[in-house]
Amino acid sequence: MELNKSDYAVQIEDLTVAYDAKPVLWDIDLDIPRGKLMAVIGPNGAGKTTLLKAMLGLLVPVSGTVRFFQETDNSLRKLKNKVAYVPQSGSVDWDFPATVLDIVLMGCYGRLGFIKRPGKIDREAAMQSLRKVGMEDYASRQISQLSGGQQQRVFLARALMQTADIYFMDEPFKGVDVQTEKAIVILLKELKESGKTVVVVHHDLQTVPEYFDWVTLINIKVIASGPVEEVFHEQNLKKAYRSTCNLLKSVV
Amino acid sequence: MSPQFEIQLIAVIVAVACSLPGVFLVLRKMSMMSDSITHTILLGIVLAFFLTHDLSSPFLILGAALIGLATVWLTETLNRTKLLSEDAAIGIVFPFLFSIAIILITRYAGSVHLDTDSVLLGELAFAPFNRMVVFGYDIGAKAIYSTLALLIINLAFIITFFKELKVVTFDPMLAAVLGFSPALIHYGLMMLVSMTTVGAFEAVGSVLVVAFMIGPPVTAYLLTDNLKHMLILSAMIGAVNGILGFYLAVFFDVSISGSMAVMTGLVFFIVFITAPRRGLVSSLKRRSRQKLDFSKKTLLFHLYNHEGSDEEAQEAGVHTLANHFHWDKAFTDKIIRLLLKEENIVLEAEVIKLTDKGRTVSISEYKALFSD
Amino acid sequence: MENLIYLLKDYTFQTVALGSAILGLISGVLGSFAVLRKQSLLGDGVSHAALPGVVMAFVLTGSKDTEVLLLGALLSGLIATLFIISIVKHTRIKFDSALALVMSVFFGAGLVLLTYVQKIPNSNQAGLKRFIFGQASTLLQKDVYFMVICGVVLLTLILLFWKEFKLFIFDSEYARSLGFPAHKLNLLLSFMIVMTIIIGLQTVGVILMSAMLIAPAVAARQWTNKFWIMAVLSALFGGISGILGTAASSLTAKLPTGPAIVVFISCFVIFSVLFAPGRGILQKVIHRRNLKQLLQNEGGEPDVPTI
Repeated sequence: MELNKSDYAVQIEDLTVAYDAKPVLWDIDLDIPRGKLMAVIGPNGAGKTTLLKAMLGLLVPVSGTVRFFQETDNSLRKLKNKVAYVPQSGSVDWDFPATVLDIVLMGCYGRLGFIKRPGKIDREAAMQSLRKVGMEDYASRQISQLSGGQQQRVFLARALMQTADIYFMDEPFKGVDVQTEKAIVILLKELKESGKTVVVVHHDLQTVPEYFDWVTLINIKVIASGPVEEVFHEQNLKKAYRSTCNLLKSVV
Repeated sequence: MSPQFEIQLIAVIVAVACSLPGVFLVLRKMSMMSDSITHTILLGIVLAFFLTHDLSSPFLILGAALIGLATVWLTETLNRTKLLSEDAAIGIVFPFLFSIAIILITRYAGSVHLDTDSVLLGELAFAPFNRMVVFGYDIGAKAIYSTLALLIINLAFIITFFKELKVVTFDPMLAAVLGFSPALIHYGLMMLVSMTTVGAFEAVGSVLVVAFMIGPPVTAYLLTDNLKHMLILSAMIGAVNGILGFYLAVFFDVSISGSMAVMTGLVFFIVFITAPRRGLVSSLKRRSRQKLDFSKKTLLFHLYNHEGSDEEAQEAGVHTLANHFHWDKAFTDKIIRLLLKEENIVLEAEVIKLTDKGRTVSISEYKALFSD
Repeated sequence: MENLIYLLKDYTFQTVALGSAILGLISGVLGSFAVLRKQSLLGDGVSHAALPGVVMAFVLTGSKDTEVLLLGALLSGLIATLFIISIVKHTRIKFDSALALVMSVFFGAGLVLLTYVQKIPNSNQAGLKRFIFGQASTLLQKDVYFMVICGVVLLTLILLFWKEFKLFIFDSEYARSLGFPAHKLNLLLSFMIVMTIIIGLQTVGVILMSAMLIAPAVAARQWTNKFWIMAVLSALFGGISGILGTAASSLTAKLPTGPAIVVFISCFVIFSVLFAPGRGILQKVIHRRNLKQLLQNEGGEPDVPTI
């Protein structure tokens, strides 16, 4: 399906990322259309989180470019209002002395810039975000007292504060309880309805057709990318989950 | 044996003895525990002194070693409350114990010259003055034998428990499952660290024990991934630091232990910059090297895929390549030039083709990059 | 009692107590950051690493003026910190090892310089002793002024960049994704901590400075779950220990000030860890025992309410 150039939220060209001698991502060409709910699928170690981090500028690739909405200047400072990040909850020390509200408020720091403090309006927006994820009763709870699923929802609320156009989420469904999972799905659908683009690194193949309308299969290289109905089938999945991808013809 | 030789010998023995347990401290992220123990030793010496009233009693050493263990135990207990982090626990226990030591010394032992400076600083230059006399024969400085004993104990422990140490260091949960207690090994190791610190501080002073314990292992860590190699390398680097440090001290007529610490730093610095793979120069070059390397491979794979196909002229045309890969002209030319030089490709009328060599290289490189 | 009143009116005591209190206050606040960043031992490390700077300052200027020596210490401490950050950034060596390495090498360099200057193999120097153990009792009014000025600068920076520091310490990756310069914040915070350490060297000396940076913050953490309250409490605990330590030292014969302060702040920690409501050990032990009792007495019937 040919889309108008201006309808792409993210365009990735020739992205290669390597830490040591072996590449983690090789020559990624990917176009993510606006307003899609996209799942990034692939075996572990296939570079899914790396792809996310590369798009956010959190690491330096060997080669390649990432463009948002056709902008040529991709410095995150200019983009901070457009791109939101929901990391995996394991990356943080939850014994930090802070309440749920404190953490969610951090989402508006980018918008505030240096030195300025969040005010009443920001606080209300934070409560609104918490309401969207069903955590408004926990606003003054110390974060160390949260369950894994609740932590995930707090990170989501934090990202919602950014009122961004694109949301990147790293395995938001991993290890969460049923209630949290339901809440996240409802949120995702809401985001899509308001025209946002959501990119989600996802691990559960079963739920892909149910939750997402666009999917990208990655195993170091892009195996396939497109609408779920067209792309998410057994042949592609087999290709993605085999230990090597078919880069070289006749080398199986 | 000349005093110079004796000093160097002691230095080498101490360096090697320290570097062995040091490897495990570094790998277990407990490097600062060595610093902690070197300070709390003072309390052990003070308490033992109060009991024996004898400055040259061997009980002082025992007291110091016991306090070393106590330091570890207190730190662990505090850590286990989970109310503070591991490094904070270390930083609370040792100043507390050290303060008590200072207070005790100032109040009750002020008249006795308990040389706190030498506890902290030590000086190898004086080691040869203390002789070991056996059956009327002077067989060398006492320090040689005490530190040698230390080295042997360390070696014995590490060799005997090498398997256990390895598992406990890298996977304590696995160790527990396999049936040996990580706690036992841990305290065993800490006992070693304690004893080594006590044995070594007489020679080089407490603060520099840290340099000997942590410096060589950290340097070796930049050079190898193998535990056994790391141990051997650390010992060798430690010995080198000792000897070179000695010559540095002699040349400038300065503190011997200080020079050895400085040498540790210099050697580390050199390795930091020049180590293959992990050195600074290496990693900085890696990025540009990688880009070149990966781009060459991309082109080779691309050529392989389109060999003999209809669009070959289009896909592999010398002029259309730059566009296809989104490379700028200069970069494209460079890649082509490099591959030509390596004889992996040839130019045939504006189209790039793989040589036989190039074909083989394509397949092997592909396998190397993408197979598990 | 009379002694106490006499003491409080004594000029020297006032100066020293004020200096110690200010030190406690500043290190309490900065220490909160250091502890939460898991860089508690930076205090210990930088204190040792400051030695070559002190000696060089003396060598280059010939003056033993406190400000000059402290400036040397500051530069040395900052360079050491840069080395540590650089090692952690460019290699797989962890923070604690880099810290131990740099601090012992720098300290060794300091010793070399010292003996080079004095040309004697052992370094039994009164000045060095003071540096290692601190001598709060020799604090002068101008020293205290200096500490106040530094304190004001540091506290201002903290107030200005409060939310940036908080964000960066909690989740540095997210901070970067928002466009904040994580590396620069890291440097700024590290430099501020170094400055704090240098200020404290005079009072409590090299070895005990780590306690001043860590203990108040750890104690404060047990009493609250809010970051700003933790910082304030930490400042309070630090400041009070400073005053108590100075008082105890002045009232008791042969009790050095630095260690006295550390003993007090350590007691704060022990007390907080044991008795603080919510986190304290004692409460947890009692709670568990009560629960056990209840289960035993009531035989675990389904409709028995637990605590």
